[in-house]
Amino acid sequence: MTEREITLSVNGTEHDLTVEPRTLLVTALREDLGYTGANVGCETARCGACTVRVDGEAIKSCMRFAIQSDGAEIETVEGLAENGDLAPLQEQFQENHGLQCGFCTPGMLMTADTYLKDADDPSREEIREAIEGNLCRCTGYHNIVDAIEATLEQREASHE
Amino acid sequence: MSESDQPTDNRGFGDPIERDEDVPLLTGEATYTDDIQLRGTAHLAIRRSDHAHARILEVDTSAAEAMDDVVAVYTGADVEDSGVPNTIPTAWMLPGLVTPQYRMLAVDKVRHEGDGIAAVVAETPQAARDALEAIDVEYEVLEHVTDPVESVERDVPPVHEEAEDNVAFDFELGDADAVDEAFADADQVASVDLRQPRLIPNAMEPRTALADWDVATEKLRLWMTSQNPHLHRMLLSAGTLGIPENKIQVIAPEVGGGFGSKIYHYPDEAVTAWCSMQLGRPVKWKASRMEGYVTDCHGRDHTTSAEIAVDDDGTVRGIRVETHAGLGAQLSQFATATPSYLYATILSGEYAIPAIYCRVIGAFTNTTPVDAYRGAGRSEGIYVIERLMDVAARELEMDPAELRRTNLVPPDEFPYETAAAVVYDSGEYERAMDKALEHVGYDDHRERQAELREEGRYLGIGVANFVESAGLSPSGLAGDLGAQAGGWESSIVRFDSTGTVTVLVGTADQGQGHRTTFAQIAAEELGVDVDDIDVVEGDTDQIPQGLGTYGSRSASVGGGAIARGAREVREKAREIAAHQLEASVDDIEFDDGEFHVAGAPDRSYHIQEIAAEAYLGHDLPEEMDPGLEATNFYDPENFTFPFGTHVAVVEVDPETGGIDLERYVAVDDCGEIINPMIVEGQVHGGIAQGIGAALYEGAAYDDDGHLLTRRMDEYAVPHSTYVPDFETDYTVTPSPHNPIGVKGVGESATIAAAPTVVSAVVDALEPFDVDHLDMPITPETVWQAMGGGE
Repeated sequence: MTEREITLSVNGTEHDLTVEPRTLLVTALREDLGYTGANVGCETARCGACTVRVDGEAIKSCMRFAIQSDGAEIETVEGLAENGDLAPLQEQFQENHGLQCGFCTPGMLMTADTYLKDADDPSREEIREAIEGNLCRCTGYHNIVDAIEATLEQREASHE
Repeated sequence: MSESDQPTDNRGFGDPIERDEDVPLLTGEATYTDDIQLRGTAHLAIRRSDHAHARILEVDTSAAEAMDDVVAVYTGADVEDSGVPNTIPTAWMLPGLVTPQYRMLAVDKVRHEGDGIAAVVAETPQAARDALEAIDVEYEVLEHVTDPVESVERDVPPVHEEAEDNVAFDFELGDADAVDEAFADADQVASVDLRQPRLIPNAMEPRTALADWDVATEKLRLWMTSQNPHLHRMLLSAGTLGIPENKIQVIAPEVGGGFGSKIYHYPDEAVTAWCSMQLGRPVKWKASRMEGYVTDCHGRDHTTSAEIAVDDDGTVRGIRVETHAGLGAQLSQFATATPSYLYATILSGEYAIPAIYCRVIGAFTNTTPVDAYRGAGRSEGIYVIERLMDVAARELEMDPAELRRTNLVPPDEFPYETAAAVVYDSGEYERAMDKALEHVGYDDHRERQAELREEGRYLGIGVANFVESAGLSPSGLAGDLGAQAGGWESSIVRFDSTGTVTVLVGTADQGQGHRTTFAQIAAEELGVDVDDIDVVEGDTDQIPQGLGTYGSRSASVGGGAIARGAREVREKAREIAAHQLEASVDDIEFDDGEFHVAGAPDRSYHIQEIAAEAYLGHDLPEEMDPGLEATNFYDPENFTFPFGTHVAVVEVDPETGGIDLERYVAVDDCGEIINPMIVEGQVHGGIAQGIGAALYEGAAYDDDGHLLTRRMDEYAVPHSTYVPDFETDYTVTPSPHNPIGVKGVGESATIAAAPTVVSAVVDALEPFDVDHLDMPITPETVWQAMGGGE
């Protein structure tokens, strides 16, 4: 299979790599570049464990070829913490016990973080809808919704 | 939690402290098996059967072998020829059990869709997968059977020649004569026929293995998604590969959920190890999700007829239960224990039932093997008794909650020996039930239900009580019942010379938060800060022995081993303190980590200072060895029995059959609570899986024996919008069977939630004369039950 040379910018670092056209973005991130935060849970875009952000949009990286993201700005869970400190959303996941085995967590965080950028006083139902594409088998979601709600409340409080 | 139930100690035990394990999981730094890369790793893919049942006539691997990047292709015959024992052993025997050989790769026949036929090892995962297509398998297709009743009652070709009637075992428990008598004498008899469909665990992380055979030392290192690395080591050694046990290291790094599915010794991980031994290089296998659907052990699969004899005043006289349990095509590790002892012994539920009889026919079918899934056996048993309570209440025209209350085992009857051959340790069933009914506002909902029915709206209130056997033990009893392993757990509690503590324990976390919880136990016993304690799990070279995490055993049995080990360490430290203080050991008090002479707290030594002395070894009591650590093997005196009451309120829509789960209230009693935040998390997740079973989940096979529900868009793992917010509360009844009074909570809510939700939906449909609906209750089921389309 003809290989292609592409450039992926991951969390602000540019990487040149050579991939087969069929290489999935998640495979390139995990196997070629060592960003193992995004996990492969279903390979059919249902579970969301592989969610990363591409040019600002949360996408399931098992559903996109690496070559489709040539030149794109990719953000993974490894880039959420700042200067070694957990981001407020990550802190709230810990405080509210919004994770157990943690396998879905990177994808859940990327979806929630993207949602939070534009969320405006959502109801719990709306938060549930926002994360509907990310499956969690451990928590029953209640505490994940709590964590997202708490992040919003914290953000509002800091704006007041 | 009510004030009276608040834990009073504050040394970490009882506090909702945040999990120590979270930071790497939140930042993507955590290491799961698939995250590990070893130089020179080859990749394994397994060619699997497309047929439910077929004779293998020929396997031609030549085209696959010739492909680029393919290293080797092996068949079942190659494994046989290598001379390894090649058996995936059953770990639980029953009288008369038929045990056909379960091989790493099929040789003569395939017995279910997904059965492994050939192994391809290639330089990349993609190349290995590509080569699967090039393997040519010639089959003679045989008639198959997927239903556990049909398999023994219909004339079909046997799954295994050793069991011509497809019966693996025929199990009985209880007193059939006493039950006959009770039924003859009772005022009323009610019955229910029910199906508990197959559930597919769907841990988010697929099963994965990375094997590295060291040719020079002849040692196997195997990283894998395991709930019990020591058991995997033992079974690989004794049953499958024939390598000495001390030449195998099994490591379970982060494990992304298990729910039972990662307990079992599957062929695939063994094949991964075997390939590494053949090639002398690391080999990695990772199941795709679709592969997982046809190979991870399924749960449940019961077809049951159940009857209950009851007097007009509501007194239950006896129950009679007959179940056909599907075992799938092979006997997985605990496949035989789950529908026998874990099921029949819990049929008494929370109730004083004088006569119980249960028969279980374990049936081979041409399906993926069935084994323990969250709530294993207990879930199926509690479902039966709770459905019986509802149909009996209907028969007697009694409120179902009232009927339940009438039959509860009273608190002064403990320890209580049931007619189903177990002894419940402790319980205050009515207290938990009252709390749940009060929390939900039961009486108000009954009134509202009556009012709404007048308007053509259908509210349902479901109540289920549960009791659960947790922490299977002691080892002698387990052995008497057929277990091929013990029921103990081991720990090492070790002070380091600078005063920090390392706790090594044979349980293995898959998200339950052991590192935090176990540190809390040790902190309580040793009087040191939880931050000074590190907990190590999941590596057989670091932790000498262990049995792992399943059956809600970690807190009670693993935690018990830690508490006992810590107490031993503390007593040795007390002796050193007495020596330092020049006092008699009996006069030394221990308070908040400090040792001092009774009545003289001014002069004291902290246990961490004593640890330094113990390792210096300069001035210890005569004949005392240096060091401060203890190895403990804890074999509990019996199971523990968590319990509780869950209540659900639903409204069903007569137009669409839609089910709106309006409220879900859970009151659990898991004994002493080590970390309320973690307990609540376990309850939440358990409820979601129980609701999943009641309303969404269920494996289905088509007429050709193919699994229809083989992708995540075909098998309904609940999404965030499928489940409501949960309301949880607790009572605390310590277990006397355990040094720290805990009972276990990992499975409780799954056991409780399925009967609770089914009860609620059926209750809503009372005006339509519906007594029972099988899971999963879909909108279509409801719509048809309401006479939709007529």
